[in-house]
Amino acid sequence: MSGPVGSASPSELLSRFSISPSRRRRDRLARGTIGAGTVLALIPLVLIVYYLLEKGLGAWSTDFFTTDPTGSTFFKSSSIGGIKSAVLGTIEMVALASAIAVPIGIGVALWLVEYGRDSAFAKTVRFFVDVLTGVPSILFGLFIYIVLVIGTHSSYAGYKGSIALSLLMLPVVIRSAEVILLLVPGGLRESALALGAPRWKMIARVVLPTALPGMVTGVLLAVARAAGETAPLLFTAASTHGTSFNLGGFMNSLPVQIYNDVTSPTAAVVNRAWGAALTLVTLILALNVIARLIARRSRLT
Amino acid sequence: MSSQPRSQVTDINPDSPPPAQSAHEASPADSDPARAAQGARGASLAGPARIVPGRAQAAPAGLPAKQGLGVTLEQLRAFYGETEQLRGIDLQFAANRVTAIIGPSGCGKSTMIRCINRMHEEIPGAHAEGRVLLDDTDVYDPAVDVVAVRRAIGMVFQKPNPFPTMSIFENVAAGLRLTSRRGVDLRAKVEQALRSAGLWDEVADRLSEPGVGLSGGQQQRLCIARSLAVDPEVILMDEPCSALDPIATLRIEELIEELKRRVTIVIVTHNMQQAARVADRTAFMLAGELIEVGDTQEIFTKPRDPRTEEYVTGKFG
Repeated sequence: MSGPVGSASPSELLSRFSISPSRRRRDRLARGTIGAGTVLALIPLVLIVYYLLEKGLGAWSTDFFTTDPTGSTFFKSSSIGGIKSAVLGTIEMVALASAIAVPIGIGVALWLVEYGRDSAFAKTVRFFVDVLTGVPSILFGLFIYIVLVIGTHSSYAGYKGSIALSLLMLPVVIRSAEVILLLVPGGLRESALALGAPRWKMIARVVLPTALPGMVTGVLLAVARAAGETAPLLFTAASTHGTSFNLGGFMNSLPVQIYNDVTSPTAAVVNRAWGAALTLVTLILALNVIARLIARRSRLT
Repeated sequence: MSSQPRSQVTDINPDSPPPAQSAHEASPADSDPARAAQGARGASLAGPARIVPGRAQAAPAGLPAKQGLGVTLEQLRAFYGETEQLRGIDLQFAANRVTAIIGPSGCGKSTMIRCINRMHEEIPGAHAEGRVLLDDTDVYDPAVDVVAVRRAIGMVFQKPNPFPTMSIFENVAAGLRLTSRRGVDLRAKVEQALRSAGLWDEVADRLSEPGVGLSGGQQQRLCIARSLAVDPEVILMDEPCSALDPIATLRIEELIEELKRRVTIVIVTHNMQQAARVADRTAFMLAGELIEVGDTQEIFTKPRDPRTEEYVTGKFG
């Protein structure tokens, strides 16, 4: 009664399952558009890296990293000096900024995840942290300028720059730490509590160690962001020529030195700006690579 | 009380020296599965009796001699926000007995046992009413420290969840460290707990390796060892075998049989054969209410309530 199953001839089957020419064309068009867009987006990136290497590498030398800028550009013969004070200043100020922002940021994230949860206050905190993330960095500089420079009738200082940077880092640290803490499986918390652990001990011994690699990643990304900021430092730490380990005084930094140098009429000084820019990018890249390596070791996905 | 292969998992003879020797021969994995499948009581009657003078009366050993505590629920009601999940449960768990809780998904089995060690209230918006008596102390009494309650009532979860940053040793020691027991010989305690969980022979030479590197069944026994290390009087098990294969399940069931000498066990299970195998008593729950509780054999062979009969015979659920 019924016909044999699969009675269609091979050629009929082939035409049923073959890709139609119009679909093939549309596929090519879509792939081409997306590919062209990707290349377009890469062009500025490649150019930036190219110019940085081209101009920056020329400025690099041993002296470049081991001498302070002299500030004398009047005579062609005089040495303009290197970027030692800027590199050290950036490291010092970012270190202090991290020392302020990281404990507070992780503390806030812990409170949000472990205690605040969905309470109205926690929601408010989250909202303001989000707002803080979007605040332009120069506003942090202005805020510290008004409060700590004008407000105290005092002058610029490295620690004031650090505080401005820490304000900038804070929302990044809070948000990244919160995301990582939320990834810690609830079962681990329950197991620890069910063993009779007090809540703080459960957090300190189980939640934090589990989240640690992920949080380090977030912290390093925040550090990298702070290291590259000029605006918060311009009128908080200002700039100076000499290397300083006194965070209470003026302090040089890479971004501010770049800012000062590129506006100079002297070609050698502009070159130094390129060298400093390459140094900064290398520093930030190194932090990012370290962050990624640590993230890879994380047990949370 | 138990067949021979089981009793070797841990040395439970109070008169014998520490279990260093006897546990070495233990190889419970190759004990006869058919016998275990017969059910706990069947096996204990059928299996060759191991003659140990005075064992029936003596307190169990292995870990420090300790008796389980009875648990009594009185009009226990549990809520998630406004939703009433448990509608007034009255139920007794006899000391040193295994009680299985069966019932369809969502009937409140897990909620009920999480009320016993006050883990239910950890869920935001959840709370419980009524009384849960541990021996004769209401764990919901305002004067009672919830942390102390949880030290007395251990819990094993559905999914094995060793602490990922800790080694096998640290996982078992975690309970002791997290509860700051002073003057405890950690090494001895960890070994005892691992022996009691039937895991010592498999991990003795790699205690410093990560706990998450073990197989699923081993991880679950590690979690049991972890809760045993703090000497609880009651152990709650929330579907402890549902993520395990049959062989690993068998090991856990043998372990339960051993552990009841020392603790009171409440086990939630979806697997009715498992309830029949391990439980002395079985409680059947439906829609947040306790329908029937009785000797396991009675529940499965001549239940009083028609709903119980329908469930255990597979007509619904």
